[in-house]
Amino acid sequence: VAEYEEDDVGPRSFWSGTITFGLVSIPVELYPASRSQRVSLRMVAPDGTPLTRRYFCPKEEKELEWDEIVRGYEIEKDSYVVVTDAELEKLAPEKTRDIDLRVFVDAEQLNPMHFDRAYYLTPGGNSTKAYRLLAATMEQTEKAGIATFVMRGKEYLIAILAENGILRAETMRFADEVRSPEDVGLPAPEKGKPALVKQVEKAITALSESSLDEDELADRGAEQLLALVKRKEKKGEDVVPAPAGEPAVASEGVIDLMEVLKRSLQGASAGSNRREAKRVEGAGGRKDGKKAAAKKPAPSSVKSAQRRGGSKWTKSYLRKQSKDELYETAKELDIEGRSSMTKDELIAAIQNAAG
Amino acid sequence: MAARAMWKGTIRFEDVEVPVKLYSAAQDQSVHFRLLHEKDMEPVKQQMVHPETGKVVDAADVRRAYQTEDGDLVMLDDEELAELEPDASRDIEITRFLDTEAITHQWYDRPYYLGPDGDEETYFALVEALRKKGREGVARWVMRKKEYVGALRANGDYLILMTLRRKGEVVPASALKAPGGRALDKREVNMATQLVAALEDELDLAAFRDEYRDRVLELVHAKAEGKVVKFPEAPKRDTEASLEKMLAESLKAAKKRRASG
Repeated sequence: VAEYEEDDVGPRSFWSGTITFGLVSIPVELYPASRSQRVSLRMVAPDGTPLTRRYFCPKEEKELEWDEIVRGYEIEKDSYVVVTDAELEKLAPEKTRDIDLRVFVDAEQLNPMHFDRAYYLTPGGNSTKAYRLLAATMEQTEKAGIATFVMRGKEYLIAILAENGILRAETMRFADEVRSPEDVGLPAPEKGKPALVKQVEKAITALSESSLDEDELADRGAEQLLALVKRKEKKGEDVVPAPAGEPAVASEGVIDLMEVLKRSLQGASAGSNRREAKRVEGAGGRKDGKKAAAKKPAPSSVKSAQRRGGSKWTKSYLRKQSKDELYETAKELDIEGRSSMTKDELIAAIQNAAG
Repeated sequence: MAARAMWKGTIRFEDVEVPVKLYSAAQDQSVHFRLLHEKDMEPVKQQMVHPETGKVVDAADVRRAYQTEDGDLVMLDDEELAELEPDASRDIEITRFLDTEAITHQWYDRPYYLGPDGDEETYFALVEALRKKGREGVARWVMRKKEYVGALRANGDYLILMTLRRKGEVVPASALKAPGGRALDKREVNMATQLVAALEDELDLAAFRDEYRDRVLELVHAKAEGKVVKFPEAPKRDTEASLEKMLAESLKAAKKRRASG
């Protein structure tokens, strides 16, 4: 029965590590605080067969195997320096995998233009005391902690904030990743004419509401696309049935994420082994999840691959992730064409982009 | 050097119209790699291949399909997809104004600057009015055949549009329950508060460098010059000792640093 439970496992933690606050170490796990609901389309042949992305050498005009491909940095036009996974891994020392809170600032001082993505931090060890202490203190003092850390081969600048007794990490764009008005070339500000400012204020007041109605954030384009798909499905128009044995698309929505977060916040350590075990089982996809081979790797190997951080881009590690998780990662890495990629393609693209 | 506007439009609500130019405010600085054919160092080309025939399918022949939860594919033709495209428009329609606190930054996606396009007077009047009222607008617009929702805000002396995540994508902290446990020790809360205060500083984001990016760039340049590359060592961390003792020692160290700094 356990094999079929993987569907409700949902997303797993992105990262586990330690917040250091002075000399106090707080083990934490990191989960995304949002999940893309974007509708993605697959690329198919005119006969409906899903296409696969392949790499070709334009010079030899031949298809390449993955082991014939290396990663290169363009040092000057058409001249590349090859960089290996092992080298990149060595550049991310253990220390930077801690979130070292050395500076606290007024949470209000943070410029919203720097915020990128939000993650929830849940207690990772057996004790929640230090976690709760930090959350309570930060919330009461309305401070945000600023730090850098390395996750999945990339250094992040983060602001740690506390809300409702829960710690959240917001990844932030580095100072040089947000343009200034001068960079953009905006004109020098002028003082508004009082009469005109009054008129605009009146118009603002006329349209003011007290709270956000989430319906206003609805993705109408996606809704229409899904409606069209439903209509065609009902009529059986242009429907290509799934080939037998093809693993179905995992649907991990925000509901699942919320469940996982709730579980992780309450008694993280009790649940983590169970989650880990199921995660491994989930590797084979829903329909072939019964295969014994899929259960083989010990839960600890998953954990350590995750801990090592730098090496996470190994194929075996990526294979253990669901397609949705890979998609999320691809999104973070800004991989173009990700919405139409298969799982294998996502893995290849992530390995490529992991700079 | 002034950036080029990526789009032009007009903010509209009630009787207010503000023509604006839109600029990307975020610029990704991470290191990008190309995939190369190892043998001849030629950047690889990606192509879509039919898995059964092994033949390349030309871009013009590629069709789009939606995969249902059962794995069935529903094919959509170009006309159907074109019909779904939102009508082209130059309007940035503001549907509501909210307190600037109402949309938490978990919703934020990408920031864009708006600059005046021919009517600076109304542009800066809008900046001032938003600031005075402490409000931001919920905006909807169509750019490059895609519909966006965003928050129209005053940021410093200028207007920004922050694109927002979509309905149902964000888990708010209010929907979750904080971890429980025995009540916190007052002395520890007190010390933690003092430690936060001791570590408090003015925000200076420029002080934080993407050191990993620096190291990657250093590595590629060193390799380009044929130098031997040294890798940093990983320091150890002490995890034993009681929470209270650690807080006390941290506090002492932070105070000392402050006094000498």
